[in-house]
Amino acid sequence: MVDVTHGEPVPGVPGSAAHEGGELDLYHPKSWVTKYVFSQDAKVIAIQYGLTAMAIGLVALVLSWLMRLQLAFPGLLPFLDADHYYQFITMHGMIMVVYLLTALFLGGFGNYLIPLMLGARDMMFPYLNMLSYWVYLVAVLLLVSGFFVPGGPTGAGWTLYPPQAILANTPGQQWGIIVMLVSLMLFIIGFTMGGLNYVVTVLQGRTRGMTLMRMPLTIWGIFTATVMALLAFPALFVGSVMMLFDRGLGTSFFMPAIVVTGEQAPYAGGSPILFQHLFWFFGHPEVYIVALPAFGIVSDLISTHARKNIFGYRMMVWAIVIIGALSFVVWAHHMYVSGMNPGFGFFFATTTLIIAVPTALKVYNWVLTLWRGDIHFTVPMLFALGFIVTFINGGLTGLFLGNVVVDVPLSDTMFVVAHFHMVMGVAPILVIFGGLYHWYPKITGRMLNPTLGKIHFWITFLGAYAIFFPMHYLGLLGVPRRYYEMGETAFVPHSVVTLNIFMTVAALVVGATQMLFLFNLAWSLRHGRAAGGNPWRATTLEWQTPETPPAHGNWGAELPVVYRWAYDYSVPGAAEDFVPQNVPGRDPDMPGHPVAEGAR
Amino acid sequence: MSLILIFLAVVVAIAFGWLWRQGILAKPWLETGVVGRFPAADPSGARVAKVGLAVFLAVVGSLFALTVSAYLMRASLGDWEAVRMPGILWVNTGVLALSSLALETARLAAVRGDAEGMRAGLLAAGATAVLFLVGQLLAWRQLHAEGYYLATNPANAFFYLITALHGAHVAGGLAALGRVTWRMERGAAVAQLRLGIGLCATYWHALLLIWLVLLGLLTNWVGDFVAVCRQLLT
Ligand code: HEM
Ligand SMILES: [Cu+2]
Repeated sequence: MVDVTHGEPVPGVPGSAAHEGGELDLYHPKSWVTKYVFSQDAKVIAIQYGLTAMAIGLVALVLSWLMRLQLAFPGLLPFLDADHYYQFITMHGMIMVVYLLTALFLGGFGNYLIPLMLGARDMMFPYLNMLSYWVYLVAVLLLVSGFFVPGGPTGAGWTLYPPQAILANTPGQQWGIIVMLVSLMLFIIGFTMGGLNYVVTVLQGRTRGMTLMRMPLTIWGIFTATVMALLAFPALFVGSVMMLFDRGLGTSFFMPAIVVTGEQAPYAGGSPILFQHLFWFFGHPEVYIVALPAFGIVSDLISTHARKNIFGYRMMVWAIVIIGALSFVVWAHHMYVSGMNPGFGFFFATTTLIIAVPTALKVYNWVLTLWRGDIHFTVPMLFALGFIVTFINGGLTGLFLGNVVVDVPLSDTMFVVAHFHMVMGVAPILVIFGGLYHWYPKITGRMLNPTLGKIHFWITFLGAYAIFFPMHYLGLLGVPRRYYEMGETAFVPHSVVTLNIFMTVAALVVGATQMLFLFNLAWSLRHGRAAGGNPWRATTLEWQTPETPPAHGNWGAELPVVYRWAYDYSVPGAAEDFVPQNVPGRDPDMPGHPVAEGAR
Repeated sequence: MSLILIFLAVVVAIAFGWLWRQGILAKPWLETGVVGRFPAADPSGARVAKVGLAVFLAVVGSLFALTVSAYLMRASLGDWEAVRMPGILWVNTGVLALSSLALETARLAAVRGDAEGMRAGLLAAGATAVLFLVGQLLAWRQLHAEGYYLATNPANAFFYLITALHGAHVAGGLAALGRVTWRMERGAAVAQLRLGIGLCATYWHALLLIWLVLLGLLTNWVGDFVAVCRQLLT
């Protein structure tokens, strides 16, 4: 069914397909199926990734509604018992973090933008790229099948901590946990196939003149995040294999000798904390795997929509790379209360606070980019600004939680839930929306409706604060996370009940508003204003394609040549307030080009 | 988790060295024109495939470094009862080394344009790799016969897990090697096979290296070595 046309036979590579000699051979789709279904074009794969991620994200959204309804009105939904609550929490968390955010940023934005922004015709291993999506789809379907297997999906929490994850009495212990682990392993295999593409394309696929330091920050963010994911996901993979052994073959990697409801479980000698190390060795980098692409995209949105070059480009690049490296040595700040050696706590608190330095630097640079910019309050810009505010907010509570003395009392309270929703839930989601409003015109050739977009932004942004801001307060009061219901508790004042109702109403409204966004996506496909090739008057290469949407192969006969960095906005003396990357400049070799004398 | 950190430190060092050479200190806002080295000007597929394999090997390296880290962490607890190594492992190690050697001769023959030598090397490499996998299965059987069952204790479980992970990677490599061999049998010219064989050879050497590390670990040589070093220092 898949049709690859090559000049020569393709040599085998362990785990990949490669080309020998000449230009990158493009495959030529022959039928509707190879063009839109089993397509090897990164742009089609990007859309497939994006739509699948959004569809499964919708499931996670509905689950959050159900949880919120239970928290505000205990017992309102008769089918929602404690077991279901745990299953919903688990599926919600795992879907949001892995199957939505990771897939959408790297598989979606990565696939669409890397070849286009770098002036390549496609990814370097298109066949592997296609395979990556289909493996991802199978992983998603398997995950969903968890709802239909006997016993339902696993209710172990998204952290899947053993021993409880595989002990009797944990919901989904029969099949749910197996389905979850296999689905995660498939996701990782699929991601590795895609990730090899993203990395190698950045390394080898750049067009003439596109030096590393001329790449847009979006690419830097996606590239670094991909490298991190390639190195961090194996930890989750090993952990999953080991837990699968424990569950299916009776080994004791993670399972200590333990008595369950009066009976000795058939395990002995395993170390539960070992799993925590493996999980968080993946889990903390995962935070930055979704944050770094967001950082990159936001930088480009801000620069474009404030018509100003990004402040401190070099520092921004270095900060991305340094954050990427440092985030591998902070994982145990998630384990302060796990009973590990307390001496470690000091080490990990220190590294955690050090990481705040490059992160804060990025925030300063965004603000300085905005300073005296010609800010256009377009929808993408609104979302980018929303991100900055939210990220600062979540980052600050993160600084608190990084300290052992603060974290210990707050651990496993709603404060933590509020913190991570701000920093890795709401903030990246805002960037995804901003990015979609920004690049939709390139993907479809039409603008999204800006009025609907603004309504969408304000309700989502303010609504997210209405949901998660009060949650900090609940956490400080001591309301624990992952509790099906609180009942009458001495330390929880009655105001908590009212607040819970308020937050749930906000969650319902925010969720419903996303339907408006989906409607906008569908409606604008036909009825949106025609966008032209470069509606935002942006400098980066994807806006300079000969056709919009870009045709197969992206560029016409000739690849673009890059003459400048990605941020030539409002260059003094230039004819327009932006100079695209592929416009020749003042250069000894190329005299008399559009940028006037004394441009810099 | 010390081993994975060492592994990462190596990866980070390589990455930073590379970034440095790629001009991470450049001031892109000051320069226009076509500057820098241009990967796209050299779209030779060989280079792309080699970089792809290198990145893939980094992922494989991370997987094994993490597994070994977990092993070391568990093995450091007091109740560890090591597995008695089946003797056949030594034979298997020799066979895997032979396989690597055969593939290397095939690669060199392909570079020389010697079709006969290439064919012999390729077939020998494939056969010895299969033999290695069979040998590993025999090792499992031997352990099983002696009562070292998978679920008996964590040391056994780790032994089976580590050998299985490594074996799966050898099997994956065999699929790639099988493809190259199949194309050779279908009459592809030496020049067309050179890249594929070279990539397989690199992968084979990497798996051999990983196996040696794993073996040193399972037989606790690494531990003894560290202990000796410690004694020398104090
Ligand atoms: C409309 C937006 C959202 C709402 C209303 C919402 C609501 C909730 C609720 C009520 C919980 C359970 C708290 C508890 O009882 O402990 C939860 C857990 C969680 N959420 Fe969300 N959430 C939303 C979006 C997101 C997003 C975008 C992410 C992506 C990172 C996310 C990640 C998680 C995670 C990781 C957990 C923890 C699951 C666990 O404890 O195992 N959520 N969310
Ligand atoms: Cu963390």
